[in-house]
Amino acid sequence: METLTGLFNYWIVIVLMMTGFYIAIARGHLVKKVIGLNIFQTSVFLMYITMGKVRGGTAPILKDGVETYTHPLPGVLILTAIVVGVATTAVALALIVRIKESYGTIEEDELAAADREGA
Amino acid sequence: MSEHLPALQIVVPMIAAPICVLLRRRALVWPFALAAAWTSFGSSILLLRRVLQSGPWSYAMGGWAAPYGIEYRADAAGAFVVFFVAALGAIVLTYAPRSVDREIPRGKHHLFCAAYLLCMTGLQGIAITGDLFNVFVFLEISALSSYALISLGAERRALTATFQSLVMGTIGATFILIGVGLLFMMTGTLNMVDMAQRLQPEGQRTALVAFAFLSVGIATKMALFPLHLWLPNAYTYAPSVVTAFLAATSTKVSVYIGLRFIFHIFGESFAFERMPLDATLMPLALMGIVVASAVAIFQTNVKRLLAYSSIAQIGYMVLGISLATETGLTGGIVHLFNHAITKGGLFLAMGCIAYRIGSVRREDTRGLGRRMPVTMFLWVLGGLSLIGVPGTAGFVSKWYLVLGALQSGFWPVAVLLLLSSLLAVAYVWRVVETAYFREPPEGSKREEAPLSLLLPACALIAATVYFGFETSLTADVAKTAASQLLGGRP
Repeated sequence: METLTGLFNYWIVIVLMMTGFYIAIARGHLVKKVIGLNIFQTSVFLMYITMGKVRGGTAPILKDGVETYTHPLPGVLILTAIVVGVATTAVALALIVRIKESYGTIEEDELAAADREGA
Repeated sequence: MSEHLPALQIVVPMIAAPICVLLRRRALVWPFALAAAWTSFGSSILLLRRVLQSGPWSYAMGGWAAPYGIEYRADAAGAFVVFFVAALGAIVLTYAPRSVDREIPRGKHHLFCAAYLLCMTGLQGIAITGDLFNVFVFLEISALSSYALISLGAERRALTATFQSLVMGTIGATFILIGVGLLFMMTGTLNMVDMAQRLQPEGQRTALVAFAFLSVGIATKMALFPLHLWLPNAYTYAPSVVTAFLAATSTKVSVYIGLRFIFHIFGESFAFERMPLDATLMPLALMGIVVASAVAIFQTNVKRLLAYSSIAQIGYMVLGISLATETGLTGGIVHLFNHAITKGGLFLAMGCIAYRIGSVRREDTRGLGRRMPVTMFLWVLGGLSLIGVPGTAGFVSKWYLVLGALQSGFWPVAVLLLLSSLLAVAYVWRVVETAYFREPPEGSKREEAPLSLLLPACALIAATVYFGFETSLTADVAKTAASQLLGGRP
């Protein structure tokens, strides 16, 4: 019971991680792949945030009478990682737009077929 | 000024990139970008010299002392990687204006320069930083800018190739992020030196998981067989200049990250005794060498042939790591550099060919030995270095690798290494045969590539010959780096 409830967040991390990873690999639709990647990355963000949490701790802002603070570093790191994730998504979506323009489809197997014909 | 060298090494190209976008005008952008790249090259020489003279150089970013602040730490291996990334970056960018003129629309040149400089920033940053999260951020800077660069390729297949490498690259980088997170969870620090002191990986399950995620993530990034699927298309359809730069630097920097994690952070006793990393990497490396070389023989597109050969060469570097002896590791590290100049030179020669005949298919290179004698001569020299003929840089690294394998008693590995050179002979020969022994198409005349393309290609190929004889710089630096790495965790 302890492992189930005490590590609740980590279970969620694992479920999200595997879901996202599976979508990114198994789906043929390029936008769905990007969504899968996003879920995959988000699970990692959640993992960092969870490990920074100190039970009973508040936001890490100096204040009289407060002794316990949450670890501030993971939050800061994840802010950066979120920016990286947004940039990756932006690049990926821009690519998808251009793929759609030049191939007329964004299904992976149709793209592969078009490439085989072209080659 | 000089005490801020480690920071300037990164800051110069990083600031120059957005300025390129602002300048816009081609006449201004090219000289500016070139100045930034050569400044970076110059400072990397000073950095390497200082590190070799007086040992690792620690620099506190913004004056905040490690382990709380971000530390830039250049040791022999790091400074060596920074040096060759900057060198290749500067030389390839010198080559770029003419070739890019042909392959990328004029309105996008300032964006090309910006992405190129950002890619240089990221790759150098990975090598110089002493902070694990910084490694991830620089990795993504170099990766995102390289996606932009690859997608500039003229054919539409460049787009699908980019998307494929984006998906695999992001998965790889996220795996590395997970590994870094788990390490942070155990030690509460991100500074590499500090972490190495605090981390007691023995008997910790979290350490095992972190190690597994990092190994797979880094292997994806360096295109180790069988995680190489993103590489051949990306190298084939990217613009010539981009292929030359990325093939010469990006996968090598990932190998360097691997070295850092294995030897500095986890320590070799954990990586090789507790975790069977050597027993995992060695078969993968050997399979990569043999399979990729064999596949290369049957390619009809010469750029794709060279891309498969790159996968095989990554196998040699990883083999050096998996031997985990000083000689083997020296071979692996020296091959980082030797392969960078060889492959850089070969892809620049391909760029010359693409510039003149507009194609990189083997069929279209008929009679090129007579039509473009200098370019093809450079190509042949580069090919000899891929094979590892004595007198070229490729020989030096293979020598150390074979020696390392024999010293550790892996004589079948040594035999396989020699056999793999035969495969290299086969794929190099197929191009040579087409270029020298087939008749050129009717009506073609001798038309050598312009000098501004030939000179940088000459410089790199001349370097492969030079470093085939003069090994004191490369092999000695690699030896120092290898002994520092094997010296255990700092």
